[in-house]
Amino acid sequence: MRLGAHLRLLVTGLLLTFAVALAVPAFAQQVNPTADSVKEQQFLDALKADPSAELKGRITIPDGKAATLERPAGRDWRAFHQGTMVKVGAVAVLGMLLLLAVFYLVRGRIRLESGLSGRTLTRFNAFERFMHWLTAACFIVLALSGLNVTFGKLLLLPLVGPQTFTNISVVAKWAHNYLAWPFMLGIALMFVVWIKDNIPGMVDLRWLAAGGGIVGKGHPPAKRFNGGQKIMFWTVVVGGTALSLSGLNLLFPFFSGGVLAMQFWNVVHGIVAVLMVAAIMAHIYIGTIGMEGAFDAMGSGEVDLNWAKAHHSLWVAEEMRKGHVPGAPALQPAE
Amino acid sequence: MARMKFLCDADRCIECNACVTACKNENEVPWGINRRRVVTINDGKPGERSISMACMHCTDAPCMAVCPVDCFYNTADGVVLHNKDLCIGCGYCFYACPFGAPQYPKVGNFGSRGKMDKCTYCSGGPEVDLSPAEFQKYGSNRLAEGKLPLCAEMCSTKSLLAGDGEIIAQIYKERVVKRGYGSGAWGWQTAYKETIAI
Repeated sequence: MRLGAHLRLLVTGLLLTFAVALAVPAFAQQVNPTADSVKEQQFLDALKADPSAELKGRITIPDGKAATLERPAGRDWRAFHQGTMVKVGAVAVLGMLLLLAVFYLVRGRIRLESGLSGRTLTRFNAFERFMHWLTAACFIVLALSGLNVTFGKLLLLPLVGPQTFTNISVVAKWAHNYLAWPFMLGIALMFVVWIKDNIPGMVDLRWLAAGGGIVGKGHPPAKRFNGGQKIMFWTVVVGGTALSLSGLNLLFPFFSGGVLAMQFWNVVHGIVAVLMVAAIMAHIYIGTIGMEGAFDAMGSGEVDLNWAKAHHSLWVAEEMRKGHVPGAPALQPAE
Repeated sequence: MARMKFLCDADRCIECNACVTACKNENEVPWGINRRRVVTINDGKPGERSISMACMHCTDAPCMAVCPVDCFYNTADGVVLHNKDLCIGCGYCFYACPFGAPQYPKVGNFGSRGKMDKCTYCSGGPEVDLSPAEFQKYGSNRLAEGKLPLCAEMCSTKSLLAGDGEIIAQIYKERVVKRGYGSGAWGWQTAYKETIAI
């Protein structure tokens, strides 16, 4: 028993000595400053494998972000913000404007072929119109103040001068930060209230296949929302959610990560935003000058029966069956 | 005209943080803001180095490029400065900066960071040189007095060098040749797209 314990101690001691003997020369080699100078180039070489790498160290001040010595990834974000973002934004906004102008010149205003009947039915009630205009008003301010971040210094700054441009940009920034909240509320309300009428179906595919009355003649049948409107609904819901998520991360900086996270959310926010601006431009066009009778739906909420029959025939049939169409008897009485 | 640069000789930095303290005191930098800091890499391991880092006053500076209100400008000495009257505190310069130089006086939810603050190379801002307004917003203007940034001037081991890029590169080169090794000019490839060939 005693011998065994002695032997074990001896073996452990020998192993330890061996380990130290092995480790010491390696360690002594590594502290040679000539051989182990940590150079910027070594770090930059390492970055070739992982472009988002940061070089972090230890600091003695409380601000943890200061521990990052170098983060060349900012260069990629800069290239995005000054290059890709400007190009995508310009193409999306100007491209859509051009597309709509050409469409207007070729197709003209989509007229109501059967004329007005003089009888109306309710398309959107007061609450639906409220949530639409809440979201719409917020979106327009958010879009303009957002575009100012990318395009303001190119377009507005030369016109108004530095101090005025800063004053405008500060107001725009506060408006952007605070109107984000009613905008998010509006998106949530529209999603809840309108989702039941926006489930895609075969009718929508046939509507799209027939050109939706936008191209070609006549109007394919549609329920309360046609295929195009459903696409708009889901664009707004998905795009609005992406904008809200990325925007919340920008509103609360460094909540979800470091600078790289902020760069990521900025990219998402910027790209989704300009695509949404383009989509909403098309939406505004078709809801106003693009189509006769369309604005009434969101204006007064009352649409002409003939307009409703032309654009949403299945919805009108449904409303008539329910007796929601004034002056139209729910059932034809037998004589 | 000189092209002012910083160079931190990491083989000489002893992490005393005197540069950090000197900067805070000279410029009366607000609480919570550090225009300069010392980062120790490979702490406690072989190859440990401490590097004093602040705004490197980059050539073709990323902060200047991304600023949505164009509040940055280059001085004749190649120093990157900004106008706090124009800054809207959006934080973009911090996202773009490879050295984490821009600082904000407030925590910053809802974009309420306040005006950005960073190293001015001890050369003030767009206000009249050496005016109280300049000191209040940007701190000291030692360059206008013919002096170099205090952080480098009072570095005890002369690890941190400030001055014309060519002159400090020459000093560093001579050191490396004499002692036989050197960690290189940290940040120079990123900031100035050049390195010091020995």
